[in-house]
Amino acid sequence: MSTTETTAEHPHGIWEPPSPVRRLQLLHSAQSIAIVGASDKPQRASHFVATYLLSSSSYRVHFINPRLDEILGQPVYPSLADLPEVPDIVDVFRRPGDVPGIVDEAAEVGAQTVWMQLGIRNPEAAQLARDRGMEAVQDRCVKIEHARFHGGLNLAGFNTGVISAKRQRLDG
Amino acid sequence: MSDRQFGFRTRALHAGTVPDAVHGTRAVPIHQSTSFVFKDTDDAANLFALQKYGSIYSRIGNPTVNALEERLASLEGGIGAVATASGMSAEFLVFAALCGTGDHIVASSKLYGGTVTQLDVTLRRFGIETTFVDTTDPEAFRAALQENTKVVYTETVANPSSDVADLRGLADVAHEHGVPLVVDSTLTTPYLLRPIEHGADIVVHSVTKFLGGHGTTLGGVVVEAGTFPWDNGKFPSMTEPVPSYGNLSWWGNFGEYGFLTKLRSEQLRDVGPSLSAQAAFQLMQGIETLPQRMGEHVANAQRVAAWLEADERISYVNYAGLASHPDHARAQEVLPLGAGSVFSFGVAGGREVGARFIESLQLASHLANVGDVRTLILHPGSTTHQQLTEEQMDAAGIPEDLIRISVGLEDVEDILWDLDQALDAALAATAVESDGEQGEQAEQSEEAR
Ligand SMILES: Cc1ncc(COP(=O)(O)O)c(C=O)c1O
Repeated sequence: MSTTETTAEHPHGIWEPPSPVRRLQLLHSAQSIAIVGASDKPQRASHFVATYLLSSSSYRVHFINPRLDEILGQPVYPSLADLPEVPDIVDVFRRPGDVPGIVDEAAEVGAQTVWMQLGIRNPEAAQLARDRGMEAVQDRCVKIEHARFHGGLNLAGFNTGVISAKRQRLDG
Repeated sequence: MSDRQFGFRTRALHAGTVPDAVHGTRAVPIHQSTSFVFKDTDDAANLFALQKYGSIYSRIGNPTVNALEERLASLEGGIGAVATASGMSAEFLVFAALCGTGDHIVASSKLYGGTVTQLDVTLRRFGIETTFVDTTDPEAFRAALQENTKVVYTETVANPSSDVADLRGLADVAHEHGVPLVVDSTLTTPYLLRPIEHGADIVVHSVTKFLGGHGTTLGGVVVEAGTFPWDNGKFPSMTEPVPSYGNLSWWGNFGEYGFLTKLRSEQLRDVGPSLSAQAAFQLMQGIETLPQRMGEHVANAQRVAAWLEADERISYVNYAGLASHPDHARAQEVLPLGAGSVFSFGVAGGREVGARFIESLQLASHLANVGDVRTLILHPGSTTHQQLTEEQMDAAGIPEDLIRISVGLEDVEDILWDLDQALDAALAATAVESDGEQGEQAEQSEEAR
């Protein structure tokens, strides 16, 4: 999300952390997610996210890691450019300093959103993504955010912030 | 959906209960089942490894209980909550999660009697020491801190002294030492005071009391702010690998969600004091009208306290809502809607007149609870605080003649009428008795003559 004011330097405005509603929109408008920095170790946070997305969402999930061949029975690709499709969301599990390079790669393949995981913050990289016409999220977990809007987070006793008299939305 | 920030009353009715996808059930359904069917073996494995969300077994989580948890987390402004079978077990889970043999707790001495014994007897037996601090002054808490201190603990408004905690001061003391401030906010409820807004990290409640509100059901809850840095080195169990969950780390894998995930997946699993679905349903009915009830509770309490204070048959009233209370200014600052409806007073004439007063009440119920819709009354010295030594009684600020009242929602004129007639009866009985004694003495002296 961003302010409406645009300049030559920031043609899509200044980046701001997206609100809950905007995060929900980003998740709903996506059909595929690429996890960059995916691990095959079950105790790693990226593995939790991968398992959750594969079992509790309808997303097509892809893995990026130049050092691995297979995660959870799925092929692993060396880079975003090697994927069989353009990922809508690029979910980043890499240290903050690596994010600008990933933003470049994501822009080149035509992704919609660069999403930095819980604990990863790089507002400059988020602004870079904005400037390339993409959306950016930082310090949020895709698993938690998806579960926030699809009932899972409630089943763990967490405060989803969702107040609605509409039926629970399901996905997958 | 929109980004609107909904108000307290709205959240008391809606938070945690989005209607389910299949039936659209409007009231919260009672999921009366110990266990939940897995989709397949992968699903089971992933659930057990915490790799996905979902219900497994009601000791660890139950959808009806989850609804209550999210609702209370929302009302307190926390990141989430874990519900428990009672207020006492909520407290125990927090201490068990944060402390082990050789650790230390700094707590206010003005706590509910059961909390004092949990700390002073049971946890001490497990090798966890507590220093009780007999003042609300944060500096006294600071002075009691030790290298191995893991928790600073207080209630918001003490029962029955009505002392009001300096939450901001205590939070600063705790945080400078790298430990969380844990607050029992049972008597204030999130309607009157939200400790997280004043710097607390963890809030516990006996949901049994005003939250449930109707005196039908026991329950407890732990709410966490989600802002404490659990990786500060003082809490190795938050950062070290957890073998029973594939060597994940509560902090490393779940970040700000880690403490409550540990509380549920480890402490509820191992200790087991879960809230039942039936109980959660009952308590939810109460929470829905919490704002309306608390408004009436404090209005009635203020009237009753002022009436008692003005009556010469009463020797003292301890209520932070009265200008005479030493913490009145703090109460006005942190409890602008009212200082709760539990307070205490002494009946002139001492212990025996007090006992007769309690027996003469017609409307107020003599029992060991607070936070019912009905007015409740008790003599702590002979009931809730009976297990405390005289020193502990003194430290808790409980004189022997002290009577505790939990002002209910009856017509306030009826509550006042009841107190008035019981005071008359107690004093009249005392007068008759002393007349009788004098009479006997007179007879004796006549005989002697
Ligand atoms: C302030 C306070 N905290 C904790 C408790 C314990 O709660 P429970 O009876 O639900 O275990 C009580 C009352 O019993 C209480 O008054």
